[in-house]
Amino acid sequence: MFLGPSLALSAVLFALGVVGVLIQRNAIVVFMCVELMLNAVNLTFVALSQLHGISGQIMVFFVMTVAAAEAAVGLAIILAIFRHTKSVDLTQINLLKG
Amino acid sequence: MTQFVWVAVLLPLLGAIANGWLAFRRPNAKGLVSAIGVGVLLVAFVVAVGVFLEVRHRAEAVTVLLWHWMPVTQRLSIDLAFRVDRLSTVLLLVITGVGGLIHLFSVGYMKSDAGYARYFAYLNLFIACMLILVLGASLPVSFIGWEGVGLCSYLLIGFWFEIDANSDAGKKAFIANRIGDFGVLMAMFLLWTNLGTLDFAEIAQRAPAVIPAGSTLAVGITLLIFLGCTGKSAQIPLFVWLPDAMAGPTPVSALIHAATMVTAGVFLVVRTGVLFALAPVTLEVVALIGALTAFFAATIGLRQYDIKKVLAYSTISQLGYMFLGVGTGAFATGIFHLVTHAFFKALLFLGAGSVIHAMHHAYHHVHAHDDAQDMRNMGGLRAVMPWTFTLMLIATLAIAGVPPFAGFFSKDEILAAAFARGATNPVYLVAWGLGVAAALMTAYYMARLMAMTFLGKFRGGAGAEPHLHEAPWIMTGPLVVLGVLSVIGGAINLPAFLGEGSAEGLDRWLEPVTAPAQALMPALVMPHGGTEVMLLGGAIVVALLGLTLGLRVTMASPIPLPGQAAPEHGLWLLLNRKYYIDELYAAVIIRPVHWLSRRVLWQIIDAFLVDRMAVGGTARIATSLGWLGSRVQNGQIAFYVVMFAAGAVLILRTLLR
Amino acid sequence: MNAVTVVFWCFAAWAVASAVLMITRSHAITSALWLVSTMFALSGIFLLLHAEFIAIVQVLVYAGAVMVLFLFVIMLLNLEMEPWQWRRWPIWVFGAGLVAVLCASLVSLRSYTPERLAQEVSGLSSAVDPAMIFPDGRAAEAAARSQGVVGAMAEPLFRSYLVPFEVTSILLLAAIIGAVVLAKRKL
Repeated sequence: MFLGPSLALSAVLFALGVVGVLIQRNAIVVFMCVELMLNAVNLTFVALSQLHGISGQIMVFFVMTVAAAEAAVGLAIILAIFRHTKSVDLTQINLLKG
Repeated sequence: MTQFVWVAVLLPLLGAIANGWLAFRRPNAKGLVSAIGVGVLLVAFVVAVGVFLEVRHRAEAVTVLLWHWMPVTQRLSIDLAFRVDRLSTVLLLVITGVGGLIHLFSVGYMKSDAGYARYFAYLNLFIACMLILVLGASLPVSFIGWEGVGLCSYLLIGFWFEIDANSDAGKKAFIANRIGDFGVLMAMFLLWTNLGTLDFAEIAQRAPAVIPAGSTLAVGITLLIFLGCTGKSAQIPLFVWLPDAMAGPTPVSALIHAATMVTAGVFLVVRTGVLFALAPVTLEVVALIGALTAFFAATIGLRQYDIKKVLAYSTISQLGYMFLGVGTGAFATGIFHLVTHAFFKALLFLGAGSVIHAMHHAYHHVHAHDDAQDMRNMGGLRAVMPWTFTLMLIATLAIAGVPPFAGFFSKDEILAAAFARGATNPVYLVAWGLGVAAALMTAYYMARLMAMTFLGKFRGGAGAEPHLHEAPWIMTGPLVVLGVLSVIGGAINLPAFLGEGSAEGLDRWLEPVTAPAQALMPALVMPHGGTEVMLLGGAIVVALLGLTLGLRVTMASPIPLPGQAAPEHGLWLLLNRKYYIDELYAAVIIRPVHWLSRRVLWQIIDAFLVDRMAVGGTARIATSLGWLGSRVQNGQIAFYVVMFAAGAVLILRTLLR
Repeated sequence: MNAVTVVFWCFAAWAVASAVLMITRSHAITSALWLVSTMFALSGIFLLLHAEFIAIVQVLVYAGAVMVLFLFVIMLLNLEMEPWQWRRWPIWVFGAGLVAVLCASLVSLRSYTPERLAQEVSGLSSAVDPAMIFPDGRAAEAAARSQGVVGAMAEPLFRSYLVPFEVTSILLLAAIIGAVVLAKRKL
């Protein structure tokens, strides 16, 4: 049921997540775009779990756990960066410049 | 013994290596160095004698194949092989014999030199190279030796390289020789493309069939070879290096720049005699160049004061005679003069070395810094150096052409051959005339040399006089041997009227070697009977006249010391300054080349094109690419994500195809 | 096209619209709220895909916990971002173009059905029954009927995936400690 449409929707959401990462300057929003991508992947897992069994849904469960942990740590990092630079504008954070 | 001829080459080579090692490790082990240096020559000479005893009764050549050197294809296959025939045997004997004597002399002469081991290493290496040169069975093998002796010559001229002038002289010799070597190389290429072989025997076999007699090709090849000979044997126009080569130790001048190496050109002409026989024009050129060189060098010799310079110009002049001899097509006469010249010129140089040695030591004792080689500082040495005087007198008589000394016979035969050719070809008559004039001047300058050196009173300062002494036996011993050879050397090829039945004469003996070439040339009818006697008589008169004149003129007026001489003028100045040949070459060749090298090759091509454009340009390209690459690392996360996404898209598009 | 399909496409449109709005807002709070909206839409789709447990957890954990955390941080920082600027548009246009290509490649997945997937996976040329190729799907349906949705998920989670499940707790612990260490000014 809805296998193909679900996969396509997942692709669109994932692509929107990538676009968001590209065009957003706010680190927190970029982070939320990453969450969107994770959700898109979750949709793929769930759609295919209809065929491949319950393991897909268990995988989604783990992804959510990791996402929660990642959100906690990531937001803490953003807080630390903000404390350091007084900004979460990614164009201002270019310590990786070669 | 013939099969073991390589021993004669290998031993000096090993000696050179051993002495070279000692030069680095045990520079003061002079006894060991002398033992090695002279010992290998002694064994080589024994080998040479053994080879001679076999070759003596064997007309045909033997090729000793050592290994296949360049087996590239069936067609291009050059062997490292030695050709033992009568020609190479003669030179083998001369090189090892005279070379051995000079090695022995050097033991005394170089006794107190710091570079003793190095000297003997070079000297042994020279002998090895020279033997490769004369024994080579093909042009490339001989060319190894040809280049090797050039290298040794360079090394030994610049032996005392601490003085700039000496190393400059070495470079001059090397560069002048390179011009000639270029000719030899070109000749080799031409021979290869046209004959398909570089082996001497095969050249002699194929050339008459392939190369038309008198053709441009034959003339071109032979002229190129002769260019090499003018370099190696110091003929016009490349003779300028030899006088400067006297910067080396005197035994070196005797061995390399008088007795052996400089005669390599004559040898090469005889070796490739068939080619020359196919090019009569070249033979005329050779004869004329030889005669001109003999004449002009003799005129310069008239007005030199450095004892070695006189001998150097004398050598150039005598080499000119040899080329005049081979230029007439009478190759054996050229070789004959080569042999006798090796005896008496080595004797002259060693005698001069003995004199210089004495002068040097005397000056050393009184801490004087006068020129030990300037004849104006000498005089009256006969009293203190009787042996040297007597032996040099013999050599003087030999080179002046007084019978029965060696030089008389060889020089006379060359002039006779030129005269004989002159009957049909006026060029040779001109050459003959120049040769006779040169003979007169030779006698004159040799008498002048003897008079200034040994007669009169010592002019080198009263303080130095008591310290003059005769050289030790190890130096006079070789002189005595060479003196004996200078006296009897002419006997190996007596003229027809003296020994009608001289079947062992050098001319006859070398016939197996020269015959293929002789067959291609018009027969040379040597003067005989009345003409011959007249020529001989004339030669004797010329020699005696020259000697008397030289003695009289030199003794007539007191000889001024170097610093006090009145300035020369007119013709004398021209002769003293060697016709300004060096200055001429400097203006016409060296300065333009210098300008070209500096302005064009260095500043434009090297500094601008190569350095700035090629090398600098490459660096700039790399810098620009690096700058482009560094733009990628801009620290913007968004940009990194774009790159990442681009990679992901690429991979996905590839996988989802 | 039955009613369920209509509902599915409605949820899909909702999710896409919310996502588009989320990535184009210049205020973080707005973005966050649009993301919550996307998650609700996805939760509905999960329901339609018979993943009821996941749908609930999606609302509870994502919309409820994670997004609240986001909102807290946003409000804590009280950011005043500059308004939208197209200063660096070349890179974005390039990136967006790339993403469009990516999207175009992936949208073709729309036509996938269980039958086609079964045929592709099995490599057979004739049509096959997906239940034959994917027996686990049928087994999961049976388990859900007999044990209930949560029960069907709980059994493998606490049997086959017990070790990963326990490792998750260590991960969460590490995340808690890490977040505290990073976020606290002074320990």
